[in-house]
This record gives sequence, C-alpha cells and structure tokens, in this order.
Amino acid sequence: MAAKLDQGPPNYKEMLPPIILDNYGKWKYHEIPRSGVLKHVSESGAALFSVRVATPRLVSIDFIRDVCALADEFCDGFLRWTTRNNIEFLLSDEAKVNPLIETLVAKGFAVGGTGAAISNIIHTQGWVHCHTPATDASGVVKAVMDDLYEYFESMKLPAKLKMGLACCLNMCGSTHCSDIGIVGVHRTPPRIDHDKIRKGTEIPSLVASCPTGAIRPDPKNKSVVVNEEKCMYCGNCYTMSPAMEIYDARNDGIAILIGGKVSNARSAPSFSRMVIPFLPNNAPRWPEVTEAIRAILELWIANADKGERLGEWVERIGWERFFALSGLPFSDMLIDDYIFARETFRTGAAFKY
Amino acid sequence: MTEKKTPLLDELEKGKWPSFVTEIKRAAVKSAASAELLQVLERSYEERRGHWKHGGIVGVRGYGGGVIGRYVDEPETYPNIAEFHTVRINQPSGFFYNTKTLRTICDLWEKHGSGLTNMHGSTGDIILLGCKTEHIQPIFDDYSEAGFDLGGSGSCLRTTNCCVGPGRCEYACYDTLEACYNITNEFMDELHRPMWPYKSKIKFSGCANDCTGAIARSDISVIGTWRDTIRIDQDAVKEYAANKFPIQSQVCDKCPTGCLTYNNETQELAVIAEDCTRCHHCINLMPKAIQAGKEKGATILVGGKSTIVQSAFMSSVVIPFMKMDVEDDFEEFKDTVRRIWEWWDENGKTRERIGETIFRLGMGKFLREAEIPIVPQQVFRPRANPYVFWAQEDLDKSGTALDGTAL
Repeated sequence: MAAKLDQGPPNYKEMLPPIILDNYGKWKYHEIPRSGVLKHVSESGAALFSVRVATPRLVSIDFIRDVCALADEFCDGFLRWTTRNNIEFLLSDEAKVNPLIETLVAKGFAVGGTGAAISNIIHTQGWVHCHTPATDASGVVKAVMDDLYEYFESMKLPAKLKMGLACCLNMCGSTHCSDIGIVGVHRTPPRIDHDKIRKGTEIPSLVASCPTGAIRPDPKNKSVVVNEEKCMYCGNCYTMSPAMEIYDARNDGIAILIGGKVSNARSAPSFSRMVIPFLPNNAPRWPEVTEAIRAILELWIANADKGERLGEWVERIGWERFFALSGLPFSDMLIDDYIFARETFRTGAAFKY
Repeated sequence: MTEKKTPLLDELEKGKWPSFVTEIKRAAVKSAASAELLQVLERSYEERRGHWKHGGIVGVRGYGGGVIGRYVDEPETYPNIAEFHTVRINQPSGFFYNTKTLRTICDLWEKHGSGLTNMHGSTGDIILLGCKTEHIQPIFDDYSEAGFDLGGSGSCLRTTNCCVGPGRCEYACYDTLEACYNITNEFMDELHRPMWPYKSKIKFSGCANDCTGAIARSDISVIGTWRDTIRIDQDAVKEYAANKFPIQSQVCDKCPTGCLTYNNETQELAVIAEDCTRCHHCINLMPKAIQAGKEKGATILVGGKSTIVQSAFMSSVVIPFMKMDVEDDFEEFKDTVRRIWEWWDENGKTRERIGETIFRLGMGKFLREAEIPIVPQQVFRPRANPYVFWAQEDLDKSGTALDGTAL
C-alpha cells in the first residue's frame, strides 16, 4: 500500500488519559510531594500524579516495551516523555503511586529530576551517529550523571539545574542556553583531501560555508586552500564536503560553558558563557569533565541564595568574582573575539577583585 | 557469531544512571546492525574519533526530507551498518502516548531497522536510528498506514514542538497542544518539501517559563502570556503565610520590578499592575494564590537559533501580544508566519536562518516589509546613533534651498 502523504502527526487527543480529558485546561495548582513526583490538582478537585523517570535517550524497543508494561499495570496505559528525555508515568489513582515507585526502583529505574534538581542532560549523537563529533555525547552524559546522581534523586540544589551537551562547536543540544553546557571542541584546521574535492565537491558552496572566510578556491589545483589563521575549527566545511576531515583525536576535547537559561522568571533569558576552554577527551569516564562540573556545582550550592539559578548567582556576584572563587584560570581564550564580542567587554570602571 | 569484547563501553554500564550501552546491547541481541554499532563505537572509544559519514540522497516518494543519510566509514569491516540512516517520525503534541501507539512504533521498527531509537530528538521527533536504504520506503509505507507521518529535515519547516500545556499545567496561557497539532497540519507542504534558504523551527511554550526553550531554540517562538493583570487570591495568600512561606523574601524581594508588595499585618499581596512585566516568578512560587490575568494569548518572537553560523541568537519580540484561540483556527498566527517566511524566502541567503537575515538587513526593514506593527516592546532601548535610513520619498526632493535657488 502506498503511503498517505501529509497526514500529519498522530492526534494527541487519542493519547490523553481520561483524567486529562476531563480536566483539560482546568488545572489549578501543582505540588511536588516527593522527589520524582508531581501532583497536579484540578478545579474539580481531581488529582493527577506524574512519576518522573530518567532515560538515556538512546533506548531500545525492548526498553520502550518494558515501560509500556509498567504503564499498562499502573497507569491504564498512558504516559508521556518530557522535553528533557525523561518519562512521566501518569496516574489518576494515588494508591498506585508508591507501588509504581517501588516497582521502578526494584527494576533499576532512576526516579527523580523534579524541582531543585538536575533533570537529565539534553544531548546530541556523538560517536554513536554524528559525522562531526569532537567527543562522544551519551558517554559523557552517563559519566556526569553517574557522578551527580544524588542531585537527580533529591531536591537540594539552590534552584533547578539544566544541562546540555553538544558533541561539536555547532552547539546543538541546547548548550547555548543551559545552566551548564558541555561542548565538544575541535582545535585544529581541517585536513584537505584534494582528490576527494576534485571528485565531487561543489567548490563555491564549500567556500561559502566558512563563517570566517578562511577557505579560498585554488583554481590551479581544482581544489581549495585554508587560511589557518582565520579558521575557528567549527567543522561547517566538513558538513559541506567530506573532503575536509576535521577530527583530531590528540587535540579534540571538551569546553564548559555556564549560566544560560531560557525562563523569563526574574531575569531575562541568557546564553551560557565559557569558563573552561578545554578539557581532555578521557574516554570512557571523562574524569576531568565530571570533576570540573562537580566543582562548579558545589561552589554554586555553597554560595547561591535560595531559588537562584547558576547564571543568576554569577551575574549577581560578578564573573570576575566567580573566577576568583572557583580558582579557574582566566585567559585570553575566554575573551570573545567573534561577531558580537564587543557587547561582552567591560565598558565601565566599576568591578571587583 | 562470536561475542566481541567491548571493555571500554562496559565501563559505561556501571553506575546508577541508565546506560545507553546496555540499550545498544539489548538491541544487538536481535539486530546484527546494532551489534556492529557496538563494535564501531568501541573503536571510537579506543581511537577517540567518530566513524560516520553523512550525505547521499535518501528519502521517500513525495517528500524532500524526513530521512537523514548516514554511512559507516569502513563498510567492508562493518557491512551491516554500511548504511545506517535516521528516520524522523513526527511525535504527538506534548509527547503524550498510549501504550498501543508505542508498541506499534516498536513492532514496525523491529521489522525494518536496528531496534534503536531516540525518545526524542532535540527538535521533537521520534528518532528511528539506523536502517538500510532499501528499507526506507517500506518503513514509511508501514508507519503511514499505522497513522504516523515523517518529520522535517533539510531547508524546511522542522517538526514543531510544544510543552505539556493545558493537558497538565495550570500555567498554560493558550492551548499549546492544539496549536502545535493544528499549525503542523496547516504547514504540511512547508514541513515535507524543503524550499527555503535554510531550516525554520517553531516551538510553542504555554508561559514565560518556556519549557520548550522556544526563545533560544526556535526561529519562531510562541510564548504564552496575558495582557491584563495577575489575579491574587488573598485567602490563599493567608494560607501561605500560615504555613510560614517566606512571601517577602522569596517572592516580593525577588520580583524584578518591585511591583509586588506584601502587607505583613493584613497578610495580603498587592500588585502595581502597570509595573508588572509578567515574568512569572511570583506565580511559580505561589501557584495556589497567584495566577495569570484573564486576557490570555502569546508573545511572538523571531530569530532564535544556536551558535552556527553567526553566533547564537535569542528570538526577539515582534508581536507583544496575540490571541491564540482554537475557535479562530489560529488564523492570525498563520497569516503572520506566512508573511515572515515569505520575507525571509525572498531576502535570505543559502544557509542563513531568519535571525541572521534580519541582523544583516535590519529589524526595521523586516518589520516594515513583513507588515508588522512597530511598538516599543520590540526593543530594550532605542538606537544610540543617528543613522536612520529615511524613506526618501517622504522628504522634500525639490532640490532647492529655502529661497528657491537650486542646491
């Protein structure tokens, strides 16, 4: 049978449990009775319980079937995913909440991620499936979340903490607007395979793909040349042509950016800022990365006011103060020299030491 | 097949966080492709580099996107993943599922592919990770028959996404689930047949907390808000006070405009309506006592994107308040985005997101040509230079001095 074109996504209305259909748009307030559980109360008095469980995002169909079996047993077959790749089991019967949690824990599921907690790391494909990765994604996430697990299953942070991981400088995976962004970085220019370019690369497109104009046509060679001083190692050219190999195992690694947020609460949405330009790619457990993130997290916990997001805290005390407190070295690598650099320069004579 | 060892990946099965390695191993029991993925990934861990190539045109009849070609770089060594393409399936609004639907997704994927998925991709799709070229059309045929459609890829409207909205959230200022569903269906052609300078994303968040990250992660960000004044239930305020909730320090002192005052004696909250910027902080902290106003809708912001090519952009306000009513079929929104896309399609360069086109050509030009009313809410502050591009046709072009002599 030929496929139906343009029929659109499945209708969400068929996916909603009866309690949601009955109370749609009538929710009055919510509470977090314990870590990993949300209780939403309707104007009608009805209460919906959501039990939140972590996933590694990359999951097998067997995992999804396991989850379905639990949803059938405890939730009349209804559940949802969150934008941060967690699962929420939706229960209308409060008596089933604790039995579900006990079953989940017994089966090794991680329950948590609500309120003032870390709730999973949004991430990219990394070595599993990406063509320009400077690091793995899933493995770094696993290492970091193993280390910070206590902050997933409890709610003892000053505020919620959202993390993202991008496996290259494109900064997919929401790293540009996360409290902590883990970003894979290349640090050396692409290596040109002239034969491959001659065989099948559209040279004008390749030249145009470079954000800094570092790539010039080389008509004599029917290829291109790279002005290495202008290259910022973004890998955009490799996406345009596989002849521009950018990976470099001895020099690729990870940068850490902090302080982003998307919510408008209290302060405007903001981008994360680089505080560590490079950490080595020490697979399989990335100890330098997990240690660096834990240190930043503990500093925030020790110093922030209640309810203060990581970036709000740093903005309050000042970035120069953050570097003094954290002991992280400040260098020219942290001073912006790209298109909008100027708005980051201090244009006043008031600052701290 | 002899079991090949993966000592580095095995390290990532330890610890409390759920392991993706365990998941690949589970898929590998049934899928030779997943077994080879494990091998090539172990090699990546040894060599600290990726082994995937992109490119090659893969797709289904009638569409220009929805499938992303992926190939391993040593097909002789790993024949089962020589082709290992991604299929994007458009998710239901709010990522709500019944188990029947999920089992259908699993059964079809077991029949045709690696058995590995991402639930979900960052844009929102259900990601089916790894299939051969010859399976792509049958995959689409089968999923289509089961009521699914492909998501977007390439220079098109990407799969839209929304927060949980009125399905489970008291903060929702408009019906994000219905808006996402209705508007996705309206723009099927734009989603399935790439025709623009580059990709364009829409995300629907029901309130200023922006749980989809619309402002930073979509070209057109639809963020719920209200036009009138927050509503305060003074009895509920008294309950918070009785429970020793720190209203003054946690709510009033943190209000960015200082528009909220608490009277400790009467235990009542008061708001200076015209000073409130609707940031949502007080509602987040006292949801039982404070709620949005009655005149609800959304702020429309444009231009958000991540870093590549010209730095990351936050979306910025183009329409401070728009009604987002199901009854009107979201007509005003649809008309507006059509004008916005049309302007970008005419003016944008290849691989230029709309935020970059606006930055290159000017916000004033964009607003004028897309016929969007110009209001002070669109900027933090006005320009600090005198370089206005005056409309010359509005000026005296007689070419004479005040005494009538030629200039």
